[in-house]
Amino acid sequence: MAADTQEASVDSGFGQISRTKDVAFRLLALAATLIGIVSLAALLLNVAVDAVGWLDWGFLTNPPHPNPNNAGFLPALVGSIAIMIMIALVTFPLGVGAAIYLEEYASDGYLTRFIQLNIANLAGVPSVVYGLLGLGLFVGLFNIGYGSVLAAAFTVALLILPIVIISAQEAIRSVPDSQRQASYGMGATKWQTIRNVVLPRAMPGIMTGTILALGRAIGETAPLIMIAAPTTVFGVPNSLLSKVSAMPLQIYNWASYPQTEFQYGVVAAGVVTLLVILLTINSVAIIIRNRYQQRT
Amino acid sequence: MSQPDFSHDGIRTARGTAFRYLFMLCALLSILTTVAIVATLLIDAIDFFATVSPIEFLTGTRWSPTNDPVAFGVLPLISGTLIITLGSALVALPIGLLTAIYLSEYASERRRAYLKPALEVLAGVPTVVYGYFALVYVTPALDTILPLSTFNALSASIMVGIMIIPMVSSISEDAMSAVPDSLRQASYGLGATKFTVSTSVVVPAALSGIISSFILALSRAIGETMIVAIAAGQTPRMVDLTDPAGMFLDSIQPMTSAMVQIGTGDIVGQGAAYKSLFAVGLTLFVITFVMNLVSELVASRYREVYR
Repeated sequence: MAADTQEASVDSGFGQISRTKDVAFRLLALAATLIGIVSLAALLLNVAVDAVGWLDWGFLTNPPHPNPNNAGFLPALVGSIAIMIMIALVTFPLGVGAAIYLEEYASDGYLTRFIQLNIANLAGVPSVVYGLLGLGLFVGLFNIGYGSVLAAAFTVALLILPIVIISAQEAIRSVPDSQRQASYGMGATKWQTIRNVVLPRAMPGIMTGTILALGRAIGETAPLIMIAAPTTVFGVPNSLLSKVSAMPLQIYNWASYPQTEFQYGVVAAGVVTLLVILLTINSVAIIIRNRYQQRT
Repeated sequence: MSQPDFSHDGIRTARGTAFRYLFMLCALLSILTTVAIVATLLIDAIDFFATVSPIEFLTGTRWSPTNDPVAFGVLPLISGTLIITLGSALVALPIGLLTAIYLSEYASERRRAYLKPALEVLAGVPTVVYGYFALVYVTPALDTILPLSTFNALSASIMVGIMIIPMVSSISEDAMSAVPDSLRQASYGLGATKFTVSTSVVVPAALSGIISSFILALSRAIGETMIVAIAAGQTPRMVDLTDPAGMFLDSIQPMTSAMVQIGTGDIVGQGAAYKSLFAVGLTLFVITFVMNLVSELVASRYREVYR
């Protein structure tokens, strides 16, 4: 049958009809779909192999050291986690608040549309520009210290806020309107409806979106460089105003070391650590989403 | 949404109003962020333009913020950004478009269910990791067949390209899925193959969505920082567009990479080099902002067509 159509090429407005071309194109499109995934898989395999022998308990519990055998990741690891906790504390209430306003309160006027367009545009601003915002605003104007935990957290928080708002809006929008009407029918006020009906139903979706955004935040490097976070610190941060490094910053710093022990050993161990933590964060988000989907 | 107000309880109403304004403040914070970005960039950029004229900045062909004789011509940095954008476009646009066609027209429901998340992973890997990959794996691998410098535009472009594939493919696929099935059926009815339907019917019908995805992905490539800061080098130079080898095989410096270099240097105080950071940042912000807006406008056109 296939041979039949191959020979009988009909001249239509679309040009020659050829089964061979169709199959070739299908394979080309499949190859294009796979090429990025396969390349990344190959690179990840490389880095995992290189990290073997370097990623050990000493690496995770030591401070950085010019000798690759003694180099450790601890201050960067703790720094990243500290920044992450602060970011979560800032973005969660602000992001959910903004989403509640836009979905539950705002009328469909010019202001709402302007805010919505503005949020979409903020999500497209390069992260290095947010770094300059942090440098000018938090470090310069508010004077909370070059490269401090707070300055880093606030800067990256503004960067991921649009993502948190957009995903929280989607979660709130997915709550059926009938549930709100039922609540109003029982005599509840708008705020009671939001608190007792909308938020509990939307919470898993909001959590998933926020956690995924935190995954984005943990890999951000450029904003931290711009607010002059040191690429290497030797101690764990002990206050919100102490100077902080982070995992991606330490990786950036190490990547410029010329020794092969760093390029194909210590940095690989750092990259694997960062990716494992990122994977863990994203898995938690996906687990929350799946549990929620099963229940409804 | 409106609801009948049965409550005449003053405290409850007052509390409701208070929450309303509290949430409104959160939403207005996003506008405040934009204002703050523009203000921060403008204040220091204007300061910078008091010492270096905007004409010198925008037309100068030499960038040397710290080494004497200092020069603040942004063109070498823009040409560096242009190379990275061009290189990553050559990688990501055809691959992304073919991926979108495959996912929308060819892939089974099951296959799509695991291919799409796998593609999204490409955009989720931290860019510092991509930069490291470009420097220590891609460059040495390509060096065996090409005369590459340690730092070069080629491996950085390839990595940026791989990173933005999912942006092209997911937005293009959305546009293709929005093409009404009746158009495909009409084409099949005329005896067309899937190839013809995909390339002659679906792609043209989804063209504005595809173009929108291209612009958005390129805007992302322009703003990409860590990959180029690690792998593309720190050589601000004017490129010769007639010499592709010279463009891609050697070290360059895009705008974002120059910003990182100034940011990591010990520039204490408020010198011209420090201020130039904000002038370059403003240039970058304006370029990406305009591209994002154009992408939005193009995309909103196709949404209207099939609604």
